Amino acid sequence: MSSELRYSTFKTNVKYSVINTNVHNVDGIAKVTGRAQYTFDVTLPGMLYGKILRSPHPHAKIINIDYSKALELSGVVAVVTGKDTLGIKQGIWRRYSELCDEQILPLEKVRYIGEPVAAIAAVTEEIAEAALDLIDVEYEVLPAVYEPLDAIKKEAPTIHEGVERNVNVTRHIEWGDVDDAFAEAEKDGYIREDWFRCSGQHHMCMETRAAVSNYTPDGKLTVWTSTQSAYYHQALLAGVLGMREGDVRVIATYVGGGFGGKFELDAAQFCSAVLSKKLCRPVKIVFTREEDFIASKRRTPMFYYVRTAMKKDGTFLARESRMFSNGGAYTGMGATALYLSGFFHSFPYKWRGYRYDGYRVYTNTMPSTSMRGFGAPQAMFCSEQQIEWMCKDLGLDPFEVRRKNAHTECYEVPGQAYIQSCGMSECIDEIEKWAESKGDLGPNRAIGVSSCGFMSGGIFNWFDSPYSFSSAVITINNDGTAELHVGCQDIGQGSNTTMAIIAAETLGVKVEDIKVHSGDTDHCPADLGAWGSRQTLMAGNAVKMACEDAKKQLLEFAYAEMGLNIVYDLDIKDRWAHVIARPERGMKYEDLVKKAIRAKDGQRIIGRGYYTPHRKGMISPAYSYMMQAVDAEIDPETGKIKIHDVMTAHDCGQPINPLGLIGQLEGAASMALGYAYLEDMPMDEGKLLNPNLVDYKVIKAPEMPPTGIIDIHTYEAEGPYGAKEAGEGLTNPTAAALGNAVFNAMGIQMKELPITPERVLKALREKKEQETK
Amino acid sequence: MEKRLLKLSVNGEKYEVYINPKTLLVEVIRDHLGFTGTKRGCETVSCGACTVNVEDMSVKSCSVLAVQVEGLNVTTAEGLEKDGKLSDVQVAFLDQGAYQCGFCTSGMLMSATALLKENEGKTLTEHQIREGIEGNICRCTGYNSIVRAIDAVAQGKYKEA
Repeated sequence: MSSELRYSTFKTNVKYSVINTNVHNVDGIAKVTGRAQYTFDVTLPGMLYGKILRSPHPHAKIINIDYSKALELSGVVAVVTGKDTLGIKQGIWRRYSELCDEQILPLEKVRYIGEPVAAIAAVTEEIAEAALDLIDVEYEVLPAVYEPLDAIKKEAPTIHEGVERNVNVTRHIEWGDVDDAFAEAEKDGYIREDWFRCSGQHHMCMETRAAVSNYTPDGKLTVWTSTQSAYYHQALLAGVLGMREGDVRVIATYVGGGFGGKFELDAAQFCSAVLSKKLCRPVKIVFTREEDFIASKRRTPMFYYVRTAMKKDGTFLARESRMFSNGGAYTGMGATALYLSGFFHSFPYKWRGYRYDGYRVYTNTMPSTSMRGFGAPQAMFCSEQQIEWMCKDLGLDPFEVRRKNAHTECYEVPGQAYIQSCGMSECIDEIEKWAESKGDLGPNRAIGVSSCGFMSGGIFNWFDSPYSFSSAVITINNDGTAELHVGCQDIGQGSNTTMAIIAAETLGVKVEDIKVHSGDTDHCPADLGAWGSRQTLMAGNAVKMACEDAKKQLLEFAYAEMGLNIVYDLDIKDRWAHVIARPERGMKYEDLVKKAIRAKDGQRIIGRGYYTPHRKGMISPAYSYMMQAVDAEIDPETGKIKIHDVMTAHDCGQPINPLGLIGQLEGAASMALGYAYLEDMPMDEGKLLNPNLVDYKVIKAPEMPPTGIIDIHTYEAEGPYGAKEAGEGLTNPTAAALGNAVFNAMGIQMKELPITPERVLKALREKKEQETK
Repeated sequence: MEKRLLKLSVNGEKYEVYINPKTLLVEVIRDHLGFTGTKRGCETVSCGACTVNVEDMSVKSCSVLAVQVEGLNVTTAEGLEKDGKLSDVQVAFLDQGAYQCGFCTSGMLMSATALLKENEGKTLTEHQIREGIEGNICRCTGYNSIVRAIDAVAQGKYKEA
């Protein structure tokens, strides 16, 4: 049960009042008393219930849809198909029209099993469900293709007209002289190449996709929905409905999980909005768990070819990788995953030369997209195992080799990224010490490690947002309480609490003085939302700037009020505005606010802040670093894996809320362990074989191992109060660390995910056969 | 099917609802009575988001017909607090950060409450705690904070002096 946060020996002179103290989530009471209202719970007067008819075919032309019988069923109010829409092909990469390739109710053909073809609104959910069977769709079934390495062949069926060989997007990343470095290794070094297959994974949010749309005769649409970015959905819905963004309001107060799956437009949102607009009545659509599994996207399955060169002393020379990902039927966020996978595949090491060619390939399967880790868990599974094997091949110490090649402070990844803070080698030191302290673990049991790093918010703007990446407005009331309006989205990761802490620290007040308003596009400034580990750094900086703005206005007044020499420095801490050099000389914050508002002719004090990254390279303003160790035991008879322990050394800069940090890191470990050895999405001719929680295995309480955390404290100059990413990046190392534990325990190399008992047994058999040869 | 009258007690209040006999308990709780703290996350009795307590026993309310609890006392997450004072388990969840998105939290609290009630005055091992919440899926926390919260209550850390 132990999960005390252990601190490394970071020294700081700065004493914070709120930051780095354990703060209960600002929405905690609502969540532990059942008061928190999710989209799933929203009921409006006169509300109808919608259901979606889905394609049974992986690839088929829609010849005709006859829904006359459905309309005859008592209680059915309307049916819509693609013909009731504007037919706009939408996508989240709005700057690139060729990547906007999805009509949520398609007009011509379906491209995966589960694709929506019609939607029904009825007075009850049961009636809507019953009416689905009364819609007659005539299809012309087309040949289909399911795997990227098949879909890329010349003779493969075309999934999107005009897209050659079904290649959706390609991405080339290169720096240094790769060929020269390989040539050197060929002479006097070591080169290894391997193929890997990384599986998909479902986000499996506890709250399935859900939306309640309410279009009113004044031409305004309000949508309650479970989203990671209210602003994205406001803009996307306005786009597909032909409305002005300002006429669409998206509300997302409580969201039952996201993990990267809830910021593209989904069928619950789109179909409920189309039905509501047609009827001028509220319409609610909630995906069943099965619908959520078959048609709400997934982590991108990837095939990786990895060729790595190092000197015989373990100095890294070059890497050349090719990756083919199963993009499924549409682009979505997959284009970003393609880039990030290739970039983080180089992490956290220095290479003389690096080359990555990624191909995202359309197939007739459910679309794949971003999921916690954003392509990096796949990349690390391949990279960190191959490094471990190369160390073994050369008889080198894998800790030493990783340390020797690791990123360091102020390193530049050529043409890509500037690393400011970096605690990578300290993370390696700590995990090495921990592993040594465990001593001999006995037979069939070993520790495996993996290092990695991750971004603190993406710099890219493929969405083409005209707004700053994050914004915040703080309004100070007469009694000193403050309204903080932010566009960042709390999906359970605790961003509202993080923002309240940053605001309280900056203003010099207590967390309970700050009311956070988020998840409502009518009242909150635009923000790109909760993805790419961006909110603590980007929204946090915006909040800090807004509060500094408000505080400056208060302190300007305090100088005059207190009659101070203008060279004195003033500050506010714990609701006390004072001279820094003589803290006893000051006034109560509350009195200061009252007087300052009077002095401003009654205007409330309003501070504004924003953040848009500039001159921070191609990827992110800052990077977190970590190393994780997994202690696993393998049953050689059954192939079953027992995870005894997981330990992580983690550099997220300055922790803001240790309680939240522990939660994020433990949660990442559970999701990543699921990816490593339990969760899979097997398909047969495009049909998902386990679309329910009986057959889709997620980690449950009994198998969850202890998850210790050692905090490696650094200070990130670009982050608010030195903070950077935590909670997404730790999804990246686990599968590789488990693979390395299996390798160290049994001597077998796991090149496919998940690491199931069947795969372990197969590898053990093959090893035995080789040995007898 | 003919509708019938069901009498039950939810969170200490008596209710009468007129229902189709095949109505599930979770439907009565959420849709008829409006206690939306109780969630649903699957159709296969797998996730535990709908867990409530019936006479102090934890029950997945999607797995029983409402008529099966005729005359019984049902407690949902909304019924754990008394006049605004949170129960020990609720406070422990706050202290340990034993929730994130919160969607599984109501069900998890009810499993924890029933487990603690059943073992009142006995020691509860970590293994027992983990088994006690095995039927509840949490996708966010990785369970360990939840186990710590339940353990703290079991250890008497929230007993009033």
